[in-house]
Amino acid sequence: MVSLMVLLEATGFSLGQVSAAIGAGVVTIGAGLAISRIGVAAMEAIARQPEAAGDIRSGMIVSCALIEGVSFFALAVCFLILFV
Amino acid sequence: MRSIKKLFSLLALTIIPIVGIKATNTPTEGEKSFNAGKVIMGHLADSYEWHIMTLPSGKHISIPLPVILYSRYTGIHIFMSSKFHHGHERYKNFEYVTVGKNKGSIVEYDSDGNLLDGKPYDFSIKKNVVGLFLGIFLTFFIHRKSLKIAESRRGMPPKGLLSATEPLVLFVRDDIARACISHRPDKFVPFLLSLFFMILITNLSGLIPIPPFGANVTGNLSVTLGLALFSFLIININANKQYWKHIYNTPGVPWFMKFPIPIMPLVELIGLILKPLVLAIRLFANILGGHIVTLAFFSLIFIFAQMSELAAGLVSPFSIVFVLFIWTLEILVAFIQAYVFTLLTAIFIGSAVAEHH
Repeated sequence: MVSLMVLLEATGFSLGQVSAAIGAGVVTIGAGLAISRIGVAAMEAIARQPEAAGDIRSGMIVSCALIEGVSFFALAVCFLILFV
Repeated sequence: MRSIKKLFSLLALTIIPIVGIKATNTPTEGEKSFNAGKVIMGHLADSYEWHIMTLPSGKHISIPLPVILYSRYTGIHIFMSSKFHHGHERYKNFEYVTVGKNKGSIVEYDSDGNLLDGKPYDFSIKKNVVGLFLGIFLTFFIHRKSLKIAESRRGMPPKGLLSATEPLVLFVRDDIARACISHRPDKFVPFLLSLFFMILITNLSGLIPIPPFGANVTGNLSVTLGLALFSFLIININANKQYWKHIYNTPGVPWFMKFPIPIMPLVELIGLILKPLVLAIRLFANILGGHIVTLAFFSLIFIFAQMSELAAGLVSPFSIVFVLFIWTLEILVAFIQAYVFTLLTAIFIGSAVAEHH
């Protein structure tokens, strides 16, 4: 890891840039896992009770939006590291 | 089978632009090479003029927009942004800065050519403001027209524009307002409807790349923060005693969380401000992200065109198919973001006006 950092420093990337990129990647992994769990749960629920599909779908969108909000906040931090 | 043939002829069409690329984008000596990041940011940023295209000769075709400045030294100035000649010339001692610390803003000089302290207050009608005006006009006229149709066809099935707006209006009233707000939901329906249609129409007009559409309105943090500010005000003005009691003196929390250091009230107050702030950031980041991805796929053609014509020819069909795919996804995102913004506002209003049982 340290040698990787040294290598990146040598090629002209600063530590801030590298950490912003890693941060964006980690945020994406987290948000992807979270939203996929919502998807799984919603699909199972709809399969069990197809007549409740409408309610489940709107609940799914709301919880996806909440996770999205947090991950966008984290991405904004990464952007701030890069450009400010 | 026929649709596959159509698809292939469409793909063949995408190869045509390469001829144009060869003419315009072969890097010659002294000419700067294609910078994807700069081009994308130029498309997304707000500006004093509405850029339409650049001719192969390097001449820019753009619509100038009015600049309105209030200077502490010389008062109000109103003129067209074309007076700046894209930042090459000063006008009335004002200069549009294109490089350095004050990049993208207007600064003022005195008659001897010295930079004056403090930038002039800028009330210019920039590209995003024009986009916003367009959104307001479209929202207003679409609904005025629908209202007229609805009045003339009382008791009959909807027709024309009304058949497009009526389901959405009913959706906002029944599935958003009445589903989330328990106490007098119809009071908030006008606000929620304006919010929904304003966001939807500016989102969709941002996806049309031809002027007068195509301004990145909801992908601008100031615009979404403005919308969220109204949500914040509506939520907190209508909040009842129960809601404020939950913030300042949260029931069911041990006293040491509140008394010497007010941890819980602080957390609740931060949450109060954070909720609309997240609304703004979500809308902004979603729309901006979609635009960046679309433009990045378009830029691929030009990046490869710098290597060779053949590479550009091979890449452009894929690039255009990807752009189409993302664009279609963006139409979905435009609806979902309008829905989510309105729904979450309705949920917050609902929790602020709920009667305690």
